[in-house]
Amino acid sequence: MATKVVMEALSPTMEEGRLVEWKKAVGDAVAQGDVLAEVETDKAVMELVARASGTMLAQVVPAGGTVPVSEVVGWIGEPGEEIEGGEGTKPEETKETKKADEADTADKPETADKQDKADEKAPSKADAPAATDGRVKASPLARKMAAEQGLDLQSMSGSGPDGRIIKRDLEGVVAAPAAGSPVATPVFASEGPAYEDLPLSQMRKTIAKRLAQSIGPIPTFYLTTEVDMERAWEARAALNAVAGDAGKVSFNDIIIKATAVALAQHPACNAWWTEGAIRQWREVHIAMAVAIPDGLITPVIRHADRKSLRQISADARDLAKRARDRKLTPEEYTGGTFSISNLGMMDIHEFTAIINPPEAGILAVGRIAEIPAVVDGAIVPRRRMMLTMSCDHRVIDGATGAGFLKTLKLLLENPLALVW
Amino acid sequence: MAVMTYRDALNAAMREEMHRDPDVFLMGEEVAEYDGAYKVSRGLLAEFGAKRVVDTPIAELGFSGIGVGAAMTGLRPIVEFMTWNFALLAIDQVVNSAAKLRYMSGGQIGCPIVFRGPGGSALQLGAQHSQSFESWYAHIPGLKVVMPATPADAKGLLKSAIRDDNPVVFIEGEMLYNTKGEVSDDPELLVPIGKADRKREGKDVTIVCHAKTVPVALKAADQLAKDGIEADVIDLRTIAPLDTTAILESVGRTNRVVVAEEGWSFAGVGAQVVDLIQREAFDLLDAPILRVTGADVPMPYNKHLEKASKTDPAKVVAAARRVLYLD
Repeated sequence: MATKVVMEALSPTMEEGRLVEWKKAVGDAVAQGDVLAEVETDKAVMELVARASGTMLAQVVPAGGTVPVSEVVGWIGEPGEEIEGGEGTKPEETKETKKADEADTADKPETADKQDKADEKAPSKADAPAATDGRVKASPLARKMAAEQGLDLQSMSGSGPDGRIIKRDLEGVVAAPAAGSPVATPVFASEGPAYEDLPLSQMRKTIAKRLAQSIGPIPTFYLTTEVDMERAWEARAALNAVAGDAGKVSFNDIIIKATAVALAQHPACNAWWTEGAIRQWREVHIAMAVAIPDGLITPVIRHADRKSLRQISADARDLAKRARDRKLTPEEYTGGTFSISNLGMMDIHEFTAIINPPEAGILAVGRIAEIPAVVDGAIVPRRRMMLTMSCDHRVIDGATGAGFLKTLKLLLENPLALVW
Repeated sequence: MAVMTYRDALNAAMREEMHRDPDVFLMGEEVAEYDGAYKVSRGLLAEFGAKRVVDTPIAELGFSGIGVGAAMTGLRPIVEFMTWNFALLAIDQVVNSAAKLRYMSGGQIGCPIVFRGPGGSALQLGAQHSQSFESWYAHIPGLKVVMPATPADAKGLLKSAIRDDNPVVFIEGEMLYNTKGEVSDDPELLVPIGKADRKREGKDVTIVCHAKTVPVALKAADQLAKDGIEADVIDLRTIAPLDTTAILESVGRTNRVVVAEEGWSFAGVGAQVVDLIQREAFDLLDAPILRVTGADVPMPYNKHLEKASKTDPAKVVAAARRVLYLD
């Protein structure tokens, strides 16, 4: 009798696994203990080994498919042997699966019997439809809604039993164009979709879930760096010496430009957190916080990475003025991919800013002050500035954010690089 | 309009139809001198005389056969069964004679007969007297099966059944006889056979029910409303032919369905409703359809076991919450 291969719980917190790659093809001979497939758990990529010997009869879940723990992913048996209609069995408790597997996976009638008993014990789960072949579990209505709205169910997670995608999971989801080829270079192509939705990996889902549990809806962490602004100071003075009054640039303009260029090289930080996907933008739109009498608003400088410093300066001045006059249209203060909040002119040394969702990051800019600094072994006065980035940990990890800040620091300390 | 009991609404329907059509007559056990075992025929003997209100021996197969024969000659008999449990003795006349006559005579012989009486359980009547047989009769081509839940529907549907040129199985409820409601006194106000009724409007979950499960479903809907859940309660009223349009329209509104019935689960009325929905409205479903039925046992006499065996509001609420993915 054929033996099931099930998605095993390969880590204590694993609830589902992604079948990365089959190591045995259908028809291959399999010995007990052979590696059948690689499985991505919430923590790592692990090996799924054969619990019985025979021939690989079927692969129910294709490479890339994600299934809950204990679901059937394939079958081992004698060549030509019939398998149970290709159908999997009802989900059961992880522990029971493991026990059954350890005892003797070849003993299928007993396993089936155990499952019946499990169903009797938990009648509320008895009519959950059996997930069979790694396909996305979704209610018929959810499938219809997804088709109508052009949504990809594969990249969504369901809130129904065993992860079934149901109506409520689709309500309020914004349609996204199908993901194209991954970003090959940090420089964004000017054609093609404006962003790419990256399906959430098991690890990414676990990071998102556990960190959000820890610290509220947006698990934020902060990265601070000190930037030497001497050269930026000189650059600004030189630029403004040749510009008329209307064309003068501010430090804020320089920071916006540098941030935008750095983001173009670190698309992981130029991203939104959305239900079911991380949206990595291929365009950089910088939202800048502008204080207005009874609050603040964040007008957006579009395509800031591709604009000249002078253009950014003109845009920023115009947007800030109209923000104070409350003349902004909604399109002008929405759709940012990253935010900057600057309190340097208020003499704030450093601070942390609150992330503006769905954006994943915001940069808090402090004052530029002359402070004693060590340069080449001597203490000298230097103009320095503190930058603190708030990061949504569901999207940005520590090293990712630090890499971006390093680039930003390099650009600000070598402002000529901005004109490359 | 007048407020009257379900019992009196049935009585009014028969009285009005007997005045309207001299071919209509009533026969059954205790229907005449005793005014009916459940007093549904109260006063009819005095009003219409012994030729049209006929007491029979305790011989269901015999008097059902007499009724079918009378219908073949063009009369319109109403045959009362003291309960549908006793009609098991007469089922050959209902299924093999009444349901087949028009078909097997090539349309030459009709059978305009109504078989009526209470069905289902009451309180502690034991296993043999607490049974729901509507799915048995609904299974038979040639029979219409009607099950009103309210006094107004009872009157309007019984009048339609009496005027129908085909055999109608009309199943009442002992526990419904004393329920009261507004009933029209217009003798021409009929409730059409084959039309369901939306007894409560909601957008979150459909509860399909009939006869005694209608008040159960409405109580469940009240409880669900306390949690902000709006149930769409569809009273089938007629089991055969089924009002498929009303059911499917409701599924379109709610995407989630619970089917409640008094009878047993296997091949029950609800199974037919589920079949319809999965076939015609598959893409409208957001959850598997759940059924609430009587327990799969002969009805216990023990009071507590009997209660536990029956379809009740708590079970309907639990099923509704599950199809809404709340539990």
